[in-house]
Amino acid sequence: MKKTISNVLIYIVLILVSIIMLVPFAWMFLTAFKTTAETMQVDPFVIVPSVWQTQNFANVIQAMDFVRLYANTLAMVALRILFAVLTSTLAGYAFARLHFKGKNLMFTLVLVQMMIPVQIYVIPQYVMVSKMHLTNTVMGLVFPGLVSAFGTFLLRQAYMQLPRDLEEAAILDGCNIPQTFLYIMAPLTKSAMVALGIFTAVFAYKDLMWPMIVCPDNRATTLASALAKMNGQYQQKYPELMMAALISCVPMIIIYVIFQKQFIEGIATSGGKL
Amino acid sequence: MKKKTSTRQKSEFLWGWIFILPTMIGLAVLNFYPMIATVKQSFYKTGDFGKGNIYVGLENYNRVFGDTEVWQSLLNTVKYAVIEVPFSIIFALLLAVLLNKKLKGRDTFRTIFFLPMVVAPAAIAMVWKWLYNSNFGLINNVFHVNVKWISDPNLAIFSIAIIGIWSALGYNLVLFLAGLQEVPRDYYEAASLDGANGWAQLMHITVPLISPTIFFVLVTRVIGAMQVFDLIYMMIDLNNPAWKKTESLVFLFYKYSFDQSKKGYGATVVVVLLVVIMILTVIQLIGQKKWVHYE
Repeated sequence: MKKTISNVLIYIVLILVSIIMLVPFAWMFLTAFKTTAETMQVDPFVIVPSVWQTQNFANVIQAMDFVRLYANTLAMVALRILFAVLTSTLAGYAFARLHFKGKNLMFTLVLVQMMIPVQIYVIPQYVMVSKMHLTNTVMGLVFPGLVSAFGTFLLRQAYMQLPRDLEEAAILDGCNIPQTFLYIMAPLTKSAMVALGIFTAVFAYKDLMWPMIVCPDNRATTLASALAKMNGQYQQKYPELMMAALISCVPMIIIYVIFQKQFIEGIATSGGKL
Repeated sequence: MKKKTSTRQKSEFLWGWIFILPTMIGLAVLNFYPMIATVKQSFYKTGDFGKGNIYVGLENYNRVFGDTEVWQSLLNTVKYAVIEVPFSIIFALLLAVLLNKKLKGRDTFRTIFFLPMVVAPAAIAMVWKWLYNSNFGLINNVFHVNVKWISDPNLAIFSIAIIGIWSALGYNLVLFLAGLQEVPRDYYEAASLDGANGWAQLMHITVPLISPTIFFVLVTRVIGAMQVFDLIYMMIDLNNPAWKKTESLVFLFYKYSFDQSKKGYGATVVVVLLVVIMILTVIQLIGQKKWVHYE
């Protein structure tokens, strides 16, 4: 009996928190289909739009080239994942399993990078990008994510957890180091690679400052940075603003709901800085 | 036999360096060189009419220490962190304890709480700005109050910190849940038999046992909160009366470096931020000896 009461209380708390977490999304959705007049009406206060204004979708799509923004964002995310996973896998393996002079010093440098706030790199990174004429390009967006100290750390942890005898058996069979790495070890760290991929994707997609700096052009920039610009221009037109926010986050939410297990475990194992 | 080990050593040296080279070159170009360049930049100022860099020695630093806007933005950042960090940790910890039980729908709750993590802060800030709207916003109209959430200079930074809590809750929660799985269940059973209630169990079993996780979350959240930018940039327009009382250090860095092209002064602000974060992290590293229990 006591257990049932405490369970009921727990459910009440969990449901209340769920409501707090979901209301902003619900409000974004409802507002996106209202007229501006409805959003400015207080007495009575309008919760559900009287007529669902699908026209808002057309307006926003016309004002902002979302296909292009999605393509830019996706290209940036995909390339960052590719580069980060590739370089971190190689370096993570070497740091975890190979013995060589200079290793500890180099690994210390990796750790130092992880502890420093990213803003300290931004001005010179921007200067480099503009000197290479990469502003308003996808490569400009990708640039700071070509390597990943955090990913190196994460993959090193994954390789450290693999049993030694696997490698020894491979060496006895005559595998050299690249072969051992490629055929025996790397396939066993798939889950860490997935975790790094998810982490990289979430981080890159959410980032606001870098795309605003290197890709001020609306045709070259990412979703987040285009939203920021629109936020400044539309001021009181909340239905359009909410529609734009909705368009830019719904696909991500769908992907998240489908792959929630990988997302949550990926973040839990990668911990790290987000 | 001896020859064999030495060829192996040679090849480990060779391949070790080949494998780490892409990452190390990348870090050198993308991080270590920029770090030095930023510190160097902080001793220069950008000349008028696009005249390159002029060496000014410590002038930027002297200016920072006398610049009330910098001090105010540091205060704003600290206010934000002082609200966001403890509350997002405490709420997440309590929810994690509740979710750690065998409950129906456990995964659904976890999925919902984590949701803000996968949405761009730009979109989140837009929605909250609308929720907070003092005339037509949902919050004021549902609770029949007239609070100027983001235009009252004394309140705005705290309203923004609430969004920070809302956003970070699920992330902290997931890390705590992972930590809680390591705590053996029989500890709780033994404590129940001894008559310890839920609260006593939380304070005497859960918190000490997952203190390394709490410490990790604390350190990373403080670093993250001190870098707050997106929410403030999106929420506060130039004509908002709360402008001066919400600017964060990173916001100021962005404004100087990229809006006003004063890269030297921007670099100085970001070096100050680095020093502040380092001091806070060292304090936490020293303080942890008092409360973090490693096995």
